Amino acid sequence: MSVGAPRGLASSGQKLITEILHPLSAAEEPLSPGPDVTISAEKDKEPGLTNGTPVEISSPASASVLLSRLQLDGDPEADAHDPFGSGEPRDLFVTVDDPKKHVSTMETYITYRVSTKTTRIEFDLPEYSVRRRYQDFDWLRIKLEDSQPTHLVPPLPEKFVMKGVVDRFSEEFVGTRMKALDKFLKRVADHPVLSFNPHLNAFLTAKDLNKRQGLALLTKVGESVKNVAGGYKLRARPVEFCAMGEYLDTFSQKLGTIDRIAQRILREQSEYLTELREYGTVYSTWAGSEEQLQRPLEGVAGCVTTSCGALEDLSDNMSQDFLPVLREYILYIESMKNVLRKRDQVQAEYEGRLEAAVLRKQEDRTPIPVEVEKCQDKVECFNADLKADWERWQRNKRQDFKQLLTGMADKNISYYEKSQAAWESLITLLQEKQTEDKTSETN
Amino acid sequence: MLNPVWNFQGFFSVVRMRIASSADSSSNNSRSQMIMADSGSSDEVAVICNTDITSTESENNLINTMVERGTALLKKMEISVAEADKRTGKNTVNMQETYTVYLIETRPAESVSEEGTPVAPDTLWRRYSEFELLRTYLLVTYPYIIVPPLPEKRAEFVWHKLSADNLDPDFVERRRVGLENFLLRLASHPVLSNDNIFFLFLTEEKGWREAVLETGFQDKADSRLKSLSAMFRVKNPDKRFTALKHYSEDLSTVISQLLRIRARVADRLYGVYKVHANYGRVFSEWSAIEKEMGDGLQSAGHHMDTYAASIDDILEEEEHYADQLKEYLFYTEAVRSVCRKHELIQYELEMAAQDLSYKKQQKEELETGTVRIFSLKGMTSKLFGQETQEQRESKVSALEQSIQEGEDALKEKNAESQEFVEKAWNDIERFKEQKEKDLREALISYAIMQISMCKKGIQVWSNAKECFNKM
Repeated sequence: MSVGAPRGLASSGQKLITEILHPLSAAEEPLSPGPDVTISAEKDKEPGLTNGTPVEISSPASASVLLSRLQLDGDPEADAHDPFGSGEPRDLFVTVDDPKKHVSTMETYITYRVSTKTTRIEFDLPEYSVRRRYQDFDWLRIKLEDSQPTHLVPPLPEKFVMKGVVDRFSEEFVGTRMKALDKFLKRVADHPVLSFNPHLNAFLTAKDLNKRQGLALLTKVGESVKNVAGGYKLRARPVEFCAMGEYLDTFSQKLGTIDRIAQRILREQSEYLTELREYGTVYSTWAGSEEQLQRPLEGVAGCVTTSCGALEDLSDNMSQDFLPVLREYILYIESMKNVLRKRDQVQAEYEGRLEAAVLRKQEDRTPIPVEVEKCQDKVECFNADLKADWERWQRNKRQDFKQLLTGMADKNISYYEKSQAAWESLITLLQEKQTEDKTSETN
Repeated sequence: MLNPVWNFQGFFSVVRMRIASSADSSSNNSRSQMIMADSGSSDEVAVICNTDITSTESENNLINTMVERGTALLKKMEISVAEADKRTGKNTVNMQETYTVYLIETRPAESVSEEGTPVAPDTLWRRYSEFELLRTYLLVTYPYIIVPPLPEKRAEFVWHKLSADNLDPDFVERRRVGLENFLLRLASHPVLSNDNIFFLFLTEEKGWREAVLETGFQDKADSRLKSLSAMFRVKNPDKRFTALKHYSEDLSTVISQLLRIRARVADRLYGVYKVHANYGRVFSEWSAIEKEMGDGLQSAGHHMDTYAASIDDILEEEEHYADQLKEYLFYTEAVRSVCRKHELIQYELEMAAQDLSYKKQQKEELETGTVRIFSLKGMTSKLFGQETQEQRESKVSALEQSIQEGEDALKEKNAESQEFVEKAWNDIERFKEQKEKDLREALISYAIMQISMCKKGIQVWSNAKECFNKM
């Protein structure tokens, strides 16, 4: 990597240049431990960053805590401790909660509390609590994309909502949005490169986020990628990136299908619910004209009502938890595709320049300019970052969907359990009455 | 006394107890002796036990879950409608038609041949219209009895997947069960089970129709006009019958509503389940592009397919609940029949009384010479001269005879009315008890169906969850 990264500027982790290994050669290197810590051999399974940059454990005080977690987390897939499954030590925890409405003369908007707990020395304090609104998250995202164009930045929930159609201040909407913002921030905080971005630092710590301030701390890589000249045509995309592109296309399609199916189910359930409610009331009506059968019929009406309630819960859960996460993944895929496109552009530029330079060399023996070599470095850097992020993204995707789908199964199970319990207690009631009648008949 | 053993998971079946009988089924004499002997005994014969029977068995038995009070007939004979078959033949307008016939099997109770195998049953075939004829005959002959209804002629209250076609095998099967239920209801009725025409229906394939017509029951049938007119002019109907009539109207309305909505609910539920099959397909497609997640997704997809397919059986079972409700819907019609008959008799009674008092008044007028009732004859005799003494006396004596006849008629009518009310109310009480038990059991079996559906749902989603966990 040609990035000479003194501290304070984030590129791919904060290391002295001598310690940065070439991304494409470092895959099998075991981690070099930090000063005071020995890391167990199991850590080799998961070498932190696949670009070879070892993870730096900053302060000795926290090291033992982190170490114990490392040793417990022998299995990189131990999602109980680390839902992102990478087994990396976590020293930055963020949460988004506590939505509040603000009314001013100009506008009404919602702010969220962003809480941070960290042991990183980049942060002055171990804890922070600030309030941010959606705009601020958007600012952060744009800054991250600009300054880290070779990395995949997680998506935000949709910015614009139709004012007439959706109530931007309803509990449901705010709750769903907040969960998505929380997810966004957690993903950024877990990213080995993005989490060290100074914009994130500012976002988490500044009392007033001055967005107009030119925290334009673009890295050299960022700068150069931003200035990629367009108009170059890509010759040969490496196979692995083709595969990524195809995967993303198909995956996106499948998620779209699942979204449509889930929506269809919700519609059918809603219609079923309407009929079911009416069905229950007829039993109540019937009970009114009966004597002996009054209690059993009321009982049936009650069970139907309980089932209706349980069904409503299921539907609400699906529309508030399941669908938003699904949709957000579709946005995530779009982000990833954008990064792939950028990579293609960078490669195309390099190829174009190289070709031009080779021609000139042939013509008048002009040596290949340094810029061309820099382009090559850019390409290789981008490819490496992208591959690393891809792996990470795949792992996270697996965990996220495991969670999402088991959640869906759980909600359905819960619905049936509630209904079953109601009907079972009815049977007890009915059969009690029956044995009562029988004994009174024999007497 | 009946001691049912209740079990949430099991279904209930009626086991007809068999009593050893040495009846020779081919001898007519002994058969008619069976009918005459010892009718009306009401020892409990049927026993309810719970068995973990398969769902097909329980489907057949579900209709039979009602407690049957053993009658003399049931003690001696097992009855079932075993099969259905298609026939073609020429109908009354000489056109080819296809119709279904049902096989009625009867067998002397607890009959075992010398080798120890059960004796082959006597069988005959009947079609639906013959059942209808039987029922009409019973309605006319026993107007004070709530005659059990037949299963519906055409499929009604169907949800969209069910066929409304009379020749559809599912419909035919449910009708077979319904017809068997009808015969068992008759056979277990304290009065109807002793009817000879009913007995012949079960035992004489040919010549039965003639036998029915020979009874001349059509002459006894009240004209529709007569029974309609009664409703508007009865002054003092028995209050209990009026209340019963209103109750049966309410019941009819509410059960119809229930059946209609249930069909809509079934439609919707079908939709919900079937859409899940799409998950099966998309998970399968998705698993093709995944590495570690692939297996879990694929298996989960299979479970989604299972889930979607499970609704067919679930709704098929529910049809039996609907059939139980339908039976009582149709029963309300029979109840209303009895109420109308009462009104008719009451009407005739009131007419007879009215007629009598009119004649008495006429006599009084003739005797005293006062004209209270305007009559043309009276006026003309006033205008054009008095009647002779002789004429008047002959009139009076004619009236006296008429009055005597009227009084006899009134007495008869009164007796008829009282007898009707007594017999009818007897049967109504019996019916009420039967209805309470049957509907309660229907509700219990409905609850069991719901629980079973929930359990299946939990099973499938738990399986799917396991697969998701392995992703």
